[in-house]
Amino acid sequence: MADVAHAKASEAVDLHPSERPLRRFIVANRAALGSLSIFWLMLLAFFTANPVVFSNWGLYTAVMTTLPVTLFLVAPLVFVVTSGEIDLSFPAVMGLASLAFAVVVQAGYDPLLAMLAAIVFGTLLGFGVGALVVYGGLSSLVATLGMNFMLRGVILIVTNSKSIAMPDLVDSVAFKLFSGKVFGFPVQMFWAVLFVVFCAMLYNRHRFGAHVHVVGDNPDSANEMGINVNWTRVKVFGLMGLGAALAGVFSTMINFTWWPTSGDGYLLPVIASVFVGGTPPWGGIGTVIGGAIGAMTVSFIQTGVVGVGLSGFYVQFFYGLIIILSLLGHRWNQVRYR
Amino acid sequence: MTTPIIELRGITKSYGTIYALGGVNLHVNPGEVVGLLGDNGAGKSTLIKILAGVIKPTSGEILVNGSAASNWSPARSRAAGIETVYQDRALAVQQSIVRNIFMGRELAGPFGWLNMRKQIAEAERLMREIGFTSKVFSPHSIVGQLSGGERQGVAIARAILKQANLIVLDEPTTALSLTETAKVFHFVRQVRESGRSIVFIGHNIHHVFDIAERFVVIDRGRVAMEKTKAEVGSAHALIEFMEDVAKPHHAREIA
Repeated sequence: MADVAHAKASEAVDLHPSERPLRRFIVANRAALGSLSIFWLMLLAFFTANPVVFSNWGLYTAVMTTLPVTLFLVAPLVFVVTSGEIDLSFPAVMGLASLAFAVVVQAGYDPLLAMLAAIVFGTLLGFGVGALVVYGGLSSLVATLGMNFMLRGVILIVTNSKSIAMPDLVDSVAFKLFSGKVFGFPVQMFWAVLFVVFCAMLYNRHRFGAHVHVVGDNPDSANEMGINVNWTRVKVFGLMGLGAALAGVFSTMINFTWWPTSGDGYLLPVIASVFVGGTPPWGGIGTVIGGAIGAMTVSFIQTGVVGVGLSGFYVQFFYGLIIILSLLGHRWNQVRYR
Repeated sequence: MTTPIIELRGITKSYGTIYALGGVNLHVNPGEVVGLLGDNGAGKSTLIKILAGVIKPTSGEILVNGSAASNWSPARSRAAGIETVYQDRALAVQQSIVRNIFMGRELAGPFGWLNMRKQIAEAERLMREIGFTSKVFSPHSIVGQLSGGERQGVAIARAILKQANLIVLDEPTTALSLTETAKVFHFVRQVRESGRSIVFIGHNIHHVFDIAERFVVIDRGRVAMEKTKAEVGSAHALIEFMEDVAKPHHAREIA
């Protein structure tokens, strides 16, 4: 009798505070929301400093032309970091995959086919790097650093460090589809957002994402529950390879030229974006959307600093400042459970 | 004669020159509660990890429903209906309750997209079943925020998610309060009444005597005793035997 009465009483109680929809949304997305507030604060600061320059739409389209390249790299890197690993080899994978694109285009094939070739090649390279790290039992930090040097070396050896120009790309269907402008809006931004949304779904609502989380959180437990921990890790690197290939193709199409240094400048900004976005470095948790916002923040720093009227020498200082401020912000709102 | 749902034959496990298990036989009949006893380092945990497929035995055979199993792995073990609640609870503490319950067996559609609604509904049902009141926790709660007993509850909920044939509980009441311990025993009795088999590992011999029907004592990697409740007689007799096993003359025999 008492039990029944008790059960009824507890059913009658309102939703637990943590179950109210708005509160749950905020708690579940606090890292991403934190990154978003940092982004808005930064924009506000820039805008206040120089309202004229920052009212100019051209400034935003300029950022949105290059931002997609970063987004294709940031979203998969969130998976890598969540799984408890790191990948420093994606710049070289990006360079090699886009080299495949350039070579196929130069050979006279359709750029769409070249894109496909680059994507397949990049993904395979990613799986290769992953297999080396996981089955070789190597530290991903050191092994991918080595792979980055080695693959970049391969690029330089194979091409004699010569760039490949593809002026005919302008007239191709691929360019119109993936690199043109719609109503003055860079269309590659649309594809990048689509990719980020897909990755966010994969991360939060797919079996693969669930496995990535638990593998990064407690690999022993994941193994005991029958998850193939090693294969999950390899797949994460495969996804990173796919993202690097997309980034490489898009950056090559923006410039109509493949450079032997393609991908080189992206290493640190992309890694910074992941952490600025609110993914902690210890694995197990993270946010793809937050990472995308982090990429926006990092991309706007350079434009913003110059737009405000400061000399380019200030850019690095502000990079550092924003990274440190973001980390302090996330430190305050994220607890590490053990 | 009933066929055991699971049988381990001549299981040995050596780490280099150290023998953790030296030829252990263990079987569990349908609906039976087996109490597995032994001192720290006797090899109990190694044995149940072999049963769960987490550790590969050096030699020996594993039979499921009377037929030999090959390529025994955690996935195979779970597929055979064996669920283990580990001593360290094996939870991913930064994840939600629902993600822990469905770890390794997510409810997903044909392309691997999760059926979130169904998972949450199922998790809520399980949490009610083992006595979590929805007032304090929801399936979205992060496991790291829970107390030891509540974490054990999540581990147990995970074990009973599917109609397991055999549930292995490795010291399920260690580090739990009295009320939490009582809850765990309440659950164990429920499982027993539903006709499922249990392997219960514990340090508290009174608890184990209370719950189990057959006792297997492991000592230094070997089965030192195997008796039914009737043969043992009382918890006191069991304690005496355990004390005898712990005496140093046994150590000399092995040396």
